[in-house]
Amino acid sequence: MSDRSKLVDKYFRTENLPHIWCPGCSHGITTRAIVKAIDDLGLNPENVVIVSGIGCSSRAAGYLNFNTLHTTHGRALAYATGIKVSNPKLDVIVITGDGDASAIGGNHLIHACRRNIDLTVIVFNNSIYGMTGGQYSPTTPHEAFGTTAPYGNIDRAFDLVKLVEGAGATYVARGTAYHALQLTNYIKKAITHKGLSVVEAVSSCPTYYGRRNKLGDAVAMIQWMKDTFVEKRAYERLDEEQRIGKFPFGEFVNIEAPEYTDKLYQMINEVEARHEAGV
Amino acid sequence: MSKENLVLRLNRVSCKGCGICVAFCPTNVLAIVEDNKCKIVNLEACIKCGQCELRCPDYAIYLEEASGE
Repeated sequence: MSDRSKLVDKYFRTENLPHIWCPGCSHGITTRAIVKAIDDLGLNPENVVIVSGIGCSSRAAGYLNFNTLHTTHGRALAYATGIKVSNPKLDVIVITGDGDASAIGGNHLIHACRRNIDLTVIVFNNSIYGMTGGQYSPTTPHEAFGTTAPYGNIDRAFDLVKLVEGAGATYVARGTAYHALQLTNYIKKAITHKGLSVVEAVSSCPTYYGRRNKLGDAVAMIQWMKDTFVEKRAYERLDEEQRIGKFPFGEFVNIEAPEYTDKLYQMINEVEARHEAGV
Repeated sequence: MSKENLVLRLNRVSCKGCGICVAFCPTNVLAIVEDNKCKIVNLEACIKCGQCELRCPDYAIYLEEASGE
């Protein structure tokens, strides 16, 4: 008898478990949500490619038993673009963190969105650079604390959902580690969506973000997600005062637009046909 | 899916004692004990809802189909 669930046995490199994430880090919850989505969709693991960048979240690729690529900081989307262009039949899923995606890889993120290439991007947003010791990231809230913001963060934070919507992503959702069931559903829809999909997975870093900001232990941080995030439709019914201190989760964008590899191969075919016809 | 055949399993080697499963179990089946790890302390109360498995960051607790033992 294995000492792990069938889901974990089937899709994880169990020889690498237990993972290195800190006690109560919600990255494990989000990683399971991704795997559950892949299992529910019945994807062929041979066709699944997991691409990650650098950071705590990006360690996930090493634990997952698919085709995996652990790349350079911020560049996961560039590698993923290359993979998808070379073989559009693959299901390419990018695992990245808030710093990896929106700071170091910020340009890759916005341009992948603009191109609407058929990739699924899961951003583990824990509002901090955990791996390197708790420096503030582009999603660290204004006036929150980090090791590089000992007097409070004077920057304003990115709203990742608005950022990628503005950049042209055609499926955008936000889930949280507490709302793991809904998160799995958003990831399933993101994978099946044709075009660039982004799911922001609100995550918790009890070790650096939690301690610095006196948010309590791992349980308190998950409880905070439960108390703070309101399903989008319910959030929209709240008046301004009720919205203070609350954030919406749910689906924000789900539209169709021309997909990059479709257009690319269409162009290649047309140019080749013209060339053969001698025009 | 019938819950009759499901059994609750806990792999204490993987458990890092974060307490998330304990906090979100609706029927108080679990506790963090002296060695700072989770323990099943009230199995009779388990309703096999899977909330623990859903949020265990370390894949230490899960529901499994009982084998024909």
